[in-house]
Amino acid sequence: MRALTATNDFVVKFANVNGSGSASANTLFAKSILRMGIPIASRNIFPSNIQGLPTWFEVRVSGEGHLGRRGGVDMMVAMNPQTWDRDVAEIEPGGYLFYDSTKPLPKSKFRDDVNVIGVPLTEMCNAAYKDARQRQLMKNIMYVGALSALLQMDPAVVEALLGEQYKGKERLAQSNREAFHMGRDWALKNLECPIGLRLSPLDAVGDRIFVDGNSAAALGAVYGGATVCAWYPITPSTSLAEAFDRYCRRLRTDPETGKKRYAIVQAEDELASIGVVVGAAWNGARAFTATSGPGISLMQEFVGLAYFAEIPAVIFDVQRAGPSTGMPTRTQQGDVLAAAYASHGDTKHILLFPEDPHECFTMGADAFDLADRFQTPVFVMLDLDIGMNDWLCEPFRWDDSRRMDRGKVMTAEELEAGKTFGRYLDVDGDGIPYRTYPGTHPSKGAFFTRGTSRDRFAKYTEQGSAYVDNMQRLLRKFETAKAYVPRPIERRAAQPTRDGVIYYGSSSAAMREALVALEGDGIHLDALRVRAFPFHDEVMDFIARHDRIFVVEQNRDAQLRTLLTIEGCVDPARLVPVLHYDGTPITARFIRAAIADKASALNVVPLRKAMP
Amino acid sequence: MSYLPKPKLHHPTLPKNALGYTRRDYEGAISTLCAGCGHDSISAAIIQACWELDIEPHRVAKLSGIGCSSKTPDYFLGASHGFNSVHGRMPSVLTGANLANRDLIYLGISGDGDSASIGLGQFAHIMRRGVNMTYIVENNGVYGLTKGQFSATSDKGSKAKKGAINTDEAIDLVGLALQLGATFVARSFSGDKAQLVPLIKAALLHKGAAFIDCISPCVAFNNHEGSTKSYDFVREHNEVVNKLDVILGRQPITAEYEPGSVTEVTQHDGSVLRLRKLAPDYDPTDRVAAMNYLQERKAAGEIVTGLLYLDPDPTDLHANMGTVEVPLNRLGDAELCPGSAALARINAALR
Ligand SMILES: Cc1ncc(C[n+]2csc(CCOP(=O)(O)OP(=O)(O)O)c2C)c(N)n1
Ligand code: SF4
Ligand SMILES: [Mg+2]
Repeated sequence: MRALTATNDFVVKFANVNGSGSASANTLFAKSILRMGIPIASRNIFPSNIQGLPTWFEVRVSGEGHLGRRGGVDMMVAMNPQTWDRDVAEIEPGGYLFYDSTKPLPKSKFRDDVNVIGVPLTEMCNAAYKDARQRQLMKNIMYVGALSALLQMDPAVVEALLGEQYKGKERLAQSNREAFHMGRDWALKNLECPIGLRLSPLDAVGDRIFVDGNSAAALGAVYGGATVCAWYPITPSTSLAEAFDRYCRRLRTDPETGKKRYAIVQAEDELASIGVVVGAAWNGARAFTATSGPGISLMQEFVGLAYFAEIPAVIFDVQRAGPSTGMPTRTQQGDVLAAAYASHGDTKHILLFPEDPHECFTMGADAFDLADRFQTPVFVMLDLDIGMNDWLCEPFRWDDSRRMDRGKVMTAEELEAGKTFGRYLDVDGDGIPYRTYPGTHPSKGAFFTRGTSRDRFAKYTEQGSAYVDNMQRLLRKFETAKAYVPRPIERRAAQPTRDGVIYYGSSSAAMREALVALEGDGIHLDALRVRAFPFHDEVMDFIARHDRIFVVEQNRDAQLRTLLTIEGCVDPARLVPVLHYDGTPITARFIRAAIADKASALNVVPLRKAMP
Repeated sequence: MSYLPKPKLHHPTLPKNALGYTRRDYEGAISTLCAGCGHDSISAAIIQACWELDIEPHRVAKLSGIGCSSKTPDYFLGASHGFNSVHGRMPSVLTGANLANRDLIYLGISGDGDSASIGLGQFAHIMRRGVNMTYIVENNGVYGLTKGQFSATSDKGSKAKKGAINTDEAIDLVGLALQLGATFVARSFSGDKAQLVPLIKAALLHKGAAFIDCISPCVAFNNHEGSTKSYDFVREHNEVVNKLDVILGRQPITAEYEPGSVTEVTQHDGSVLRLRKLAPDYDPTDRVAAMNYLQERKAAGEIVTGLLYLDPDPTDLHANMGTVEVPLNRLGDAELCPGSAALARINAALR
């Protein structure tokens, strides 16, 4: 039988039962590979349930550093009898099936074209441990031990990680080490080790870190100076608010008094969450909420008010697929249009599209500067794939000379000195007016905040001309924002081409990998990663420079393409949608096939060949 | 009657408070409400209360939802920042504002539609959280601004101007506030300024969630025969349980009272609330008894007003959360940003 062979380039998938404690063993497995200097990309696939339902954890080992999901499984660690059949079916021909062989299974349960590796995990655990929970937990560590032998993982790295994880809890560290070695020794003694899939130490990780986007965004909020967080639990955004709490306890507790330099409200719903944010920001604090699609729907009215009344607000939208009874634990870029034009009337909002946790951190912090500078809501558009998975990414960086940009806030001194204050007066021609915080000055600078029924000095009026004047200024302000939001990043093809591709957010890693493969296929594309809305002029230049542009997205309706079409007055025929929206993260294989397919249909050929 | 539409002219002989301000300094824009609207009387009472308490106007933040009632913050305290937010959601905006700067005085103004219909949820939760504020519902039993539909505080059996009879049970916001943990609960009537002004003063001094349900007749849509929120009906059925005097430390005690007819409660800030009992058995420090009494009198068709419940030693949201004394909106980079060294440690732990 064929046996797959690959060094530092394969996919291992763990099929577990939710709540069985497998997560920490699986993380140990993933981190050990990283410690060997080999890049990995890992993903959790889990249902909307707490216990008893299947979960999967996928580790893509990629010496070349591909961080998107590859697709396909070379080795299945099948620990969940419930999902056995589909798990076994998923293995590539010649791949490996690792399972608990304590109970014999009929031959019909296996495949002829898959290499079967049985380890009597339950039997070994029952022999070694009395406590039921311990048996369960140690079984997980034991399979990591067996895998370490099979895949040639460095045991010293695992031991070091266990030592760090159980620092100060020597007994726990020791029992974990023992379980690890029990599994490892059994495999070394009874199985042919290593198998065709192997790890070989590399130096390809560098100083990169391994972290999830929600934690990174929360840390960005801490560094960005956020003091008020209001939220309502919703997967996949919950861990963002929880991470903010965790980081704040550590980093924002007054060392002398033990008091908090932050406030977190778990609100009664998303309407209240955004209301708290708007109230706090109106009063001069930096405030944010974290939510997902259904929450964004509930926040619409307030987002409009914040837009018209010009109040900063930061909203982390960790996008997921569909409604509450849709696929809440699956990823999607499904809220692009809902966020861009959130609310009633003529509104548009700043959106940021981080590609990985590193950018979740930087954009998480930048969002607060942008919200203050433009006195408007800013959406940071994560998704479940970035938010809830650990990604290998550049370390977080911070320039200590950086200061918060609080935007145009008139002070008591300026008011006292007689500076003219008109809340909605465009003094500088950039569309951005000055604001004052409540309580600033005894007799100057107070105003009554309301939507649009007011003039440049915030005096009540319902005159059409004042309304139009204000709406035009809001457009000028949005125009100004183009130069402040993160610029797009272009990657030119190896040879001149009239074809391009636009992509954003969590599709980026898969896209980069696909570009290399497509180049190998003879399809050369200039690529532009869009990082923000409003679109920088460079985005429109890029579109103008190309005849056809593929737009790669993880939603059904090609939402970014629609936004480009509307905002750039682009002929939709030139923007070819490439759409992936089944709830799993997009893969390079998918992009490559979809583009190759569409390219041949559209007759996209390299420029040189196209010329007579 | 309307107190407000007067030109803003400073008369040299107008009395001044300790800050040197006249009452005019506490006024706002000219009201656009109907002449005779109860809401204007409440605005006037707020002006009076703030003036008497020597509050610096700019240290008050006025927040409201949507409705005729919610428009009124424009008509008082013109030197204060105000926020006419969205329908039924003032409580969350006020909560956020309060979190941002614990040093200001927060005054929430709402209507019965705003708080009992669309905003019932937020009303409940702000009371539960004990936000330090004064929350006034200008309760007219109708939606004034949308022209006279029943609101959720409209009594069962009350008649609409066009003749329809309300068949739904009324929501009693006072009952809810009591149950949900508000630490100052009162009911008053816009037509009784002598009762209302001291209640607003006491509420402003209270360092916790203070709620006043103020019946405030809508002359345009709910002041007719058959309405239970008309001036006449309320005057006839008003059962005042106590009369309140707010005594600040420096005021000498002058009046003499019958022994046993007066209770004094010292609030956390030192102010003394002197209550002259009118209902002899009414104890405003007993939450459960207050709830029972209100139910009883409601069944008898009476509208109980006065200071209904008071916890003289309340806690508030900031105390519960353990936030720093300095307002969060005044913290700068040094206090908020942990810097690159801390980040390097975080990075190291993620490798
Ligand atoms: C979301 C939303 N729905 C409906 C309205 C329309 N609306 C404006 S005011 C109002 C009722 C206000 O009633 P109340 O709070 O009792 O205030 P009043 O005018 O009686 O003082 C309604 C329904 C609105 N502004 N917003
Ligand atoms: S409609 Fe009613 S509530 Fe509104 S201003 Fe007129 S009297 Fe007052
Ligand atoms: Mg009303």
